[in-house]
Amino acid sequence: MNKTNDKGKAITRRRFLTDTAQAACATGLLGLGLTFIAEKSKVHAAEAMRPPGALPEQGFLAACLRCGLCVRDCPWDTLKLAKPEDPVASGTPYFEARSVPCEMCEDIPCVKACPSGALNPALEDINNARMGVAVLTDRENCLSLQGLRCEVCYRVCPLIDEAITLKRTRNKRTQVHTAFEPYVNPDICTGCGKCEEACVLEETAIRVLPQELAVGQLGKHYRLGWEEEEKAGKALVPDLLNLPDRLPEGTKL
Amino acid sequence: MKASQKAERTPGQETTETLGWWTAHKFLILRRLSQISVLGLFLLTPVVGIRVIDGNLSSSRLLNTVPMTDPLLALQTLAAFHPLELTAVLGALLVGGFYLLLGGRVFCSWVCPINPVTDLAGSFRRLFKIRSSYRLSRSARYWLLALVLVLPTVTGVLVWEFINPIALAYRGILFGMGTGWILILAIFLFDLIVSQRGWCGHLCPLGAFYGITGKISPVQMSAARRDKCNDCMDCYAVCPEPHILPPALKPSKNKSPVLKPLDCTRCGRCIDVCAQQVFEYQINMPGTVKDQPDTQRSLAK
Ligand code: SF4
Ligand code: SF4
Ligand code: SF4
Ligand code: SF4
Repeated sequence: MNKTNDKGKAITRRRFLTDTAQAACATGLLGLGLTFIAEKSKVHAAEAMRPPGALPEQGFLAACLRCGLCVRDCPWDTLKLAKPEDPVASGTPYFEARSVPCEMCEDIPCVKACPSGALNPALEDINNARMGVAVLTDRENCLSLQGLRCEVCYRVCPLIDEAITLKRTRNKRTQVHTAFEPYVNPDICTGCGKCEEACVLEETAIRVLPQELAVGQLGKHYRLGWEEEEKAGKALVPDLLNLPDRLPEGTKL
Repeated sequence: MKASQKAERTPGQETTETLGWWTAHKFLILRRLSQISVLGLFLLTPVVGIRVIDGNLSSSRLLNTVPMTDPLLALQTLAAFHPLELTAVLGALLVGGFYLLLGGRVFCSWVCPINPVTDLAGSFRRLFKIRSSYRLSRSARYWLLALVLVLPTVTGVLVWEFINPIALAYRGILFGMGTGWILILAIFLFDLIVSQRGWCGHLCPLGAFYGITGKISPVQMSAARRDKCNDCMDCYAVCPEPHILPPALKPSKNKSPVLKPLDCTRCGRCIDVCAQQVFEYQINMPGTVKDQPDTQRSLAK
C-alpha cells in the first residue's frame, strides 16, 4: 500500500518536473519570439503619423492601451486603429496624411479622450503638437519649383507664413523668372499633413514624416563657434588658425 | 458496455427530458445573451452612432463618463514604467473590483469573445469524436501570465498586446478586423485539433489573471447536493475545467463542495446539464467555506 503510494508520488513528481521544464522552455522561446516582434515594432513607419501629443514611439508603445477612444472622439475621422497588417503596432492609433490629415482641432478631443496618457495631456495648444514634420521630398516634380504658381500646400497650411513660407529662388529653366519654393520651418510645423493631402501631383511632392525620420541632430560633442563665442563673450579660438590651403590640382591662389 | 453508453450520451439530454429544455440550457442561453449584449452595447457607437459605451475591452468609457480599463493591461503599462493617467487607473480598479466581486473568471464565460470560439471547438470535438489531445501543463498559463508582466519591463513596450487575441477580437469587430481573424481561427483549430481546451483551459494569461482574482471572490460554484450524483458524467463533458470536478464531487476526505474558485469560470453549464441538479451558485464570504462533513450543506437545506 505504502509502496504503491510512494510510486504514485514519484510519478507525480516526475510529471511535475517534466511539465515545469517544458513550460519553462516554451515560455522562454515564446518570450524570445515576442521580444523580436517588440523590437521590430519600435521602428516608426514613415507613412503612419501618430495623433497629436503622442509620446515618442517607444514611450507610446508602453502607454497606449489600444482602446480607440481617441479614434472615436476625432470629429474628422482622421485617426484609425492599426490592423495587424498595418505599418504600426497592431491596435495603436495612426493616420495617413495623404488620405485624411489632422484638422488641428482647437480643443484637441483626441488628447482629452486618452485615458492612459499615451497622448500627453500636457498638450493644451494644438499649435505645439509635433506629430511630424513636412518635408518637400521631391524638388524635381514640385510645380512651384518648376516656376508654376501652384503653392497649394502653402495656402492650406493652418500655420501659413509660419510653418510654411514661400522662398524666392531662381527659375532653373528660364533663368530669369522667380520660382516660389514651399519652405517648411521644422520648428513650427505641427505635422498635421494638410499640405501632403493637398499636393496636386499624382504622388505628393511634400510629405509629413515622423520627427525621428525628418529631423537631423548634431553630434553631442559638436560646438558651434558662433554660439560658444556669444556664451563666452569672446572668441574661443584666439587667432585665426592657419591651416594649409588645399586646392584642386593645377589651380593657384 | 460502459464506454459505449458514454459515447451515446448527449450531455443535458436527460435534463431536457426530465426538467425541460429551458432548465437544461438556462445558463448557456443567459451567458450567450450576456456576451452578445456587451458586444452589442459597444457596437451601438460604430453602427448607429448611439454612444453608450465607447472603446473596446482594453479600455472604454461608459456613458461618456465612467472609465473602464482591463486591469491586466494597466499592470503591463506599469511594468513598462509608464506613469498611467488617473483615468485608466480608476478604470482598472473598477473593472478589477467588479470581477473580484462577481467571481473572477465570470469574465471568461460571460464576456470574453474567445469563449464562444473555444466552446465551439469543444462542441466540434464532441460531435466529431476527436479524442487525441496534446497534454499541456496545468501551470502553463501562469508562466504565460508571468511572461506577459515581465516582458514590458524588459522591452519597454506592451508586448502581449501585439498578439492578445481577446483584445484583437473585440478591436477587430469594432474598429476593423483586417487579418486578425487568422489568429482567432488559429485558436479555434488549436483547441479542435491539437489540444483539448488548450487555449482557455491551459494557456490564456488573462484567464489566469482573473482566476487569481476569483480565488477570493464570494461568488462560487458548489456541488451542494453531491450526494445525489449518479455518475452520469454529463458535467465532465461540458465543464471547461473538468479536473476541478472530482475534488468537489467525489472528495477523498470531507472536502468542501465548492469548485476550485481559481479555475472555475462560473459558467453554470454544470447546473444546466445535471439532471440531479447537484450544482448551484453560492455566495460565500471568502474564507468561510472550510472543508466540511460531506453532506452538511445539503442536509441544511
Ligand atoms: S486634433 Fe482633431 S483632427 Fe487632429 S487627430 Fe485630434 S481630433 Fe482628429
Ligand atoms: S485614446 Fe490613448 S490609449 Fe486609447 S488608443 Fe488612443 S492613444 Fe491609445
Ligand atoms: S504639416 Fe504642412 S500644413 Fe501642417 S503645419 Fe506643417 S507645413 Fe503646415
Ligand atoms: S481563458 Fe482567456 S480567452 Fe478563455 S474565456 Fe477566459 S479570458 Fe477569454
